[in-house]
Formats: sequence, structure tokens, C-alpha cells
Amino acid sequence: MNEAIDSLHTQTGSAPIGTLDPDCLIACPNCDALQLDAPVPVGALARCHRCGTVLMAPREQAMTRIVMLAATALVLMVAAVFFPFLEISAGGMVQRSSLLDAVLAFSSGLMLPLTFATAALIIVLPSLRLASIVYALAPMALGWHPARHAVPVFRLAQALRPWAMAEIFIVGVAVALVKVAGLATLSFGPAFWTFSALVLVTVLSDTFMCRISVWKTLEERRQP
Amino acid sequence: MTTSAPHPIPPAITARQAGLVGCQGCGKVHHAGVSVCQRCGAPLHSRMPGSLQRVWAWLFAGIVVYIPANIYPMLLTTSFGRTTENTIVGGVMDLIDYGSYGVAAIVFLASVVIPVGKFLAIGYLALVVRDGSRIGRGSGLHGRQHLFEVVEFIGRWSMIDVFVVAILAALVQLDFAATISPGIAAVSFSLSVAFTMLAAQSFDPRLIWDAEEGTAR
Ligand SMILES: [Zn+2]
Ligand SMILES: [Zn+2]
Repeated sequence: MNEAIDSLHTQTGSAPIGTLDPDCLIACPNCDALQLDAPVPVGALARCHRCGTVLMAPREQAMTRIVMLAATALVLMVAAVFFPFLEISAGGMVQRSSLLDAVLAFSSGLMLPLTFATAALIIVLPSLRLASIVYALAPMALGWHPARHAVPVFRLAQALRPWAMAEIFIVGVAVALVKVAGLATLSFGPAFWTFSALVLVTVLSDTFMCRISVWKTLEERRQP
Repeated sequence: MTTSAPHPIPPAITARQAGLVGCQGCGKVHHAGVSVCQRCGAPLHSRMPGSLQRVWAWLFAGIVVYIPANIYPMLLTTSFGRTTENTIVGGVMDLIDYGSYGVAAIVFLASVVIPVGKFLAIGYLALVVRDGSRIGRGSGLHGRQHLFEVVEFIGRWSMIDVFVVAILAALVQLDFAATISPGIAAVSFSLSVAFTMLAAQSFDPRLIWDAEEGTAR
């Protein structure tokens, strides 16, 4: 990337600003600095020369890995929703609750909006995000042309990222366990482990995600 | 391999100075006047229009709903016909009483330190990037950029306590000696987290770096 910066400056030094070809440039999303859009080798990091934001971090076989991991997470989500999540026992009584029960806990009266919010944040939005990633990137992973509407679908996946809160829910579970520890005995159901695996797999999938590289691939493949 | 910067960083040319528009979603550069990114379809703006107004509006909304979130109960525990109400801070106190200091610290961090810190950080950023504000140019800008990144990354973790309430309410039902149900603070606290997330998303980080440009906007 150093060479890229240097060549950008020699180029901008000789050519008057405004006559640069936008297609060989990239603008940092965080600080608007222009830099030459040089190919970044796999495994390398391209940082903005002004603010240091990582612009591109292409990884080997990234598309295939992202799609496989996102698809795995999606399957785990289905299992996590329907299997028992936690088991609580006190005084000889046992209660099993699934992820859906935890979500529906707010379902009375004033709390109804919270039901929808919780369901959205821990089940619906993470699932939608994973499904969008698989839909938009699976044809790329296979070397095909992008699916119809792959561009808006991947944009949706990007927009959903902060609102998919599965990993935060796991920490909430840990805190809840401590809170009821004096009241009853708790044990994990299979869905708890499935859901934890889902969080790990999602995080792993996101580490392979380099959004600028993905957008570039989508753009290249769109050309007939 | 990371890029080191051994040689002094030359002054950057921004897309706006070059009469171009950069896409915030994918980095593609367009001629000024193009309104939709040709690569990713996102709307193009040299700077997000009305960014700061929207930041202030969401931030104000977030602070307003954070007040009832602390006054009203987050958790209602009914045990042998007696109902105890627990506010956010009350819940933390209980955890300390049980001796669960680590968990108390997590809840306190997520429900008090992060939201309040976020209000202050967003307010500070929105204040210092105003038109004409020239304080803290230079190395301070990297600090502001980091502050913004931290705010964006950490803000969503405030939702922990809402999820705790949801799990407790689902687990501890009528057939036990105690029942736990969510209080109204759970709603206002969730709204506060959502509003401040929207405030952070409305903030255009390019405004931070505009202080360096020197020329009037
Ligand atoms: Zn930058
Ligand atoms: Zn774009």
C-alpha cells in the first residue's frame, strides 16, 4: 500500500486535481482521503494513509468460507430456536424453556413491543442477516454471476450488522445464571450450546468479511 | 503485513477537494453529482446531509428515555405474595450483596457506564466538528476517530441487562416460589440503546477530518 500511496501522490502531483480518473481511486469511508486503488495481496491489510482505517483485508478463499460459515450459523439458529435452551429446577420442579420462551416472556400488555424487539434482535435479524449473506455471496463462492438483487441484499446484510445481537444475548444468559443461582439450579439444554456455536461461527464468518473486496467482486461478476 | 508509515504522511487529498464523491459503503469514487453508488447502490453524499441535526435529535431522545429507565423498576420479583421492585442500580447492588462482584461490574458497565459514556462521547464529537470549529486539529483527530469507533462498537452491548430480564422472566415462572416479570424500565432502556445507536449511525465520521482541511465549508 505504500507504493500505492506514493504513486497516488506522484500522479496527483503531475495531474491537476479534478482530472483524476475516479475508477482508479478509492475514497476512505471514514475520512474521505483519496488513494490509488491498487490490488491488495491476499493476507495483507490496506490501511487508509490518513486515518489508518483498514480499507481492505482480503483473505484466501474468503467468499467460500464466509458462505459456508454463514450457512452453518443459519442451520444452528434453526436448532437453537426449537430445542430447550435452559432448564431450571427448584424444589423438585423442573421448567424447560426454549429461546422462544425467553422471547415471549415480555408478551403481556405494555411489554409487547419488547417481545418483538427481543425476537428481532436475537432471532429474526441475525437469521435475516445470515440468509442475506448466503444469498448474495453463494453464487460468488461458486464463481457464478451474482443472483438477482444480490446488491441490495448484501447492502441489507451490512445494514443489519449492528442490530443482530446474538452475541450480546449469550452474555445476558451468563449474567442471568448468576442472578438465579441462589434461587434454583440451572442447567443448559442443547439449544444453549447450539446458540453459542452459532455466535462463534458468525464471528468467524465476519473476520473473513472484507466489505470493499466483496463489493468489488460483486461488481466485477455483474459484468456479462 | 501492516502498513507502517516511516515517512511523514503527506497532506491527503479528499474526494471532496478533488470534486469527487466517495461511497461510504464500498469506497468507490464517483464524479460529483452522481446520486447513487454504481457499485453498491447506496445513496451518495459528499457529507451526510443534516448529519449533526440528526445526531442531536437521536442523542436527545436517547437521554430523555434513559431517565425513566433509571427511575422505574427494571425487574419485579414476586415471592410469597410480596413484590420487590428492582431498578437498574438496585440490581447491581443485589449482585454485590450476593458477592458476585464480577457480574455486578458487567451489568454496571453495560447499563450505566457505557450509556452515559456514549452520551458524552457523541455529544463531544458533535460539538467539536461543528462548522468553524478549529480546536484540536492534527493528532487529536486520530483520537476522535478512535472515540467514534469505540462508541460504534460498544454501544450495542448495553442491551445485556434487557436480555437478562427476558431470560429471568422466562425461567422463573409461577410454579416456583418466586415470579419475575419485566418492569417498564426495560422498555425505556431498550429505546435509549436504540436511539443512541441511531445517533452514532447518523454521525458522518468524515466531519472529524474536515477540521484538517482549513478551507471554509
Ligand atoms: Zn481514512
Ligand atoms: Zn458504494
